[in-house]
Amino acid sequence: MTQTSLGESVVQKAIHNEKQGQSQAQNNGVAANITQTQPLWLLAEVTYRCPLHCAFCYNPTDYDKHTQNELTTEQWIQALRDARKLGAIQLGISGGEPLLRDDIEDIVIEAKKLGYYSNLITSGVGLTEKRIQAFKDGGLDHIQLSMHDITEEINNFITNTRTFELKKKVAAMIKNHGYPMVLNVVIHRYNIGHIKEILEMAEALGADYVELANTQYYGWSLVNRNQLMPLKEQIDYAEKITNEFREKVGSKMKIFFVVPDYFGNRPKKCMNGWGEVFMIVTANGDVLPCHSARVLPNMEFPNVRDKGLEWAWKDSPAFNKYRGDSWMKGPCVTCPEKHNDLAGCRCQAFLLTGDAESADPVCSLSPNHHLIEKAIEDSKNPVLASQPIIFRTDKNSKKYASGESRERVEEFHALP
Amino acid sequence: MEDLKVEKITETLIQHSDVYAIALHHRFQWEEAQQSYVILFPEGMVKLHGGAGEVIKRVDGKATVGDIVAELKLAFPDAENIEKDIIGMFDMAYGKAWIRKI
Repeated sequence: MTQTSLGESVVQKAIHNEKQGQSQAQNNGVAANITQTQPLWLLAEVTYRCPLHCAFCYNPTDYDKHTQNELTTEQWIQALRDARKLGAIQLGISGGEPLLRDDIEDIVIEAKKLGYYSNLITSGVGLTEKRIQAFKDGGLDHIQLSMHDITEEINNFITNTRTFELKKKVAAMIKNHGYPMVLNVVIHRYNIGHIKEILEMAEALGADYVELANTQYYGWSLVNRNQLMPLKEQIDYAEKITNEFREKVGSKMKIFFVVPDYFGNRPKKCMNGWGEVFMIVTANGDVLPCHSARVLPNMEFPNVRDKGLEWAWKDSPAFNKYRGDSWMKGPCVTCPEKHNDLAGCRCQAFLLTGDAESADPVCSLSPNHHLIEKAIEDSKNPVLASQPIIFRTDKNSKKYASGESRERVEEFHALP
Repeated sequence: MEDLKVEKITETLIQHSDVYAIALHHRFQWEEAQQSYVILFPEGMVKLHGGAGEVIKRVDGKATVGDIVAELKLAFPDAENIEKDIIGMFDMAYGKAWIRKI
């Protein structure tokens, strides 16, 4: 699972596009508008099982707890129906690696019937001619493929697998079946120097959309923060190269450069607002307003096995807790910019400060901003940076889930 | 066409004889929950209000721009400057690659 939809990327783009389309301004998150929220985006994280072991995966480090209690096909289909009634229209089928389930074909057919615009978010492992044909026949709208680097060495290193050649084959297969080619590349220290080559590869593969998603630090990537974080100068340079490439290719390839919030002055409007447009159903049926919400304390998230999605979205205490701005405190509550960013990310605030209602520390106005500055400094510390990467493996996950391993998570206020 | 506020366009490449279709990989549909037309594409969605929806609804790969202007003039006889708005909508939609030229 890549970070494509994390935080500001996917939702913000939609909203941005909407605004450019001169259409109605989105709900700005104030309490008066709360009743107008709709879960336009449904992300179905159908499994946490994954053949890749990416060091930057945002899935929870204790994901292994949820690999045995996955929802059934029937439960997924019911969730799709219920979410559609609430207004969901964009469907992401993700994971883990969704193709490890053998019922994605059924889910795709149902999504088409219901009128979703559906997107399979995949590493490509497990995509065969037979399956892609079934997806095409079933009405899947597009496939988003994660790519990691132009070099076999870095691809195989960061994913801890030998998948380089396979990814190129899958990219061709996607194109041959008439799908738009959407590539997602998570950017980190090991590939940020190759942006130009990565974009050239994307162009050569015939990509229609390329998302260069700078690593945000949640889940496994938080554990590996010192190992993954690039320098500010590298990010600035990568952005410059991206802009030059954009000019060169014009509109045939749309390139999104998702800026990492550690290097911004203001936080992202996480998920475009808590419980405003985004809803995630996880492998075990938990319903979340964002990918990592389960790190938050004193919260009970609804599960589709209990009361259903309508209750989860409209009435559950969890979805209402951070809607709007009435929960905010200083300095956010009096900040003139509070509706631009809604105080940033609750999970990041809690993980790093221990207070879920404090300002996201990436904000330069946060009293805890020094934590971010320290993290940036730490990542330049050769002793810390040379610690080994902890890969996303079942074995490592079991260790975190059982509490056996506290390695590199002790400084955080919850297990990432 | 009140809902359609397009950027002021001084020059346009849109010709009355042009024929457009919805762009590849894009889908145009009515959304009941939002009471509006939308265009869906990878990773995004555009909500089209009132006039914009009326224009794009008629973009079918067969009708010329001229046909669509004439049809909308008939459908909305009271709207002023409707032609300019329609051409502006085509300009924007083409510029954003929501529609393609046949």
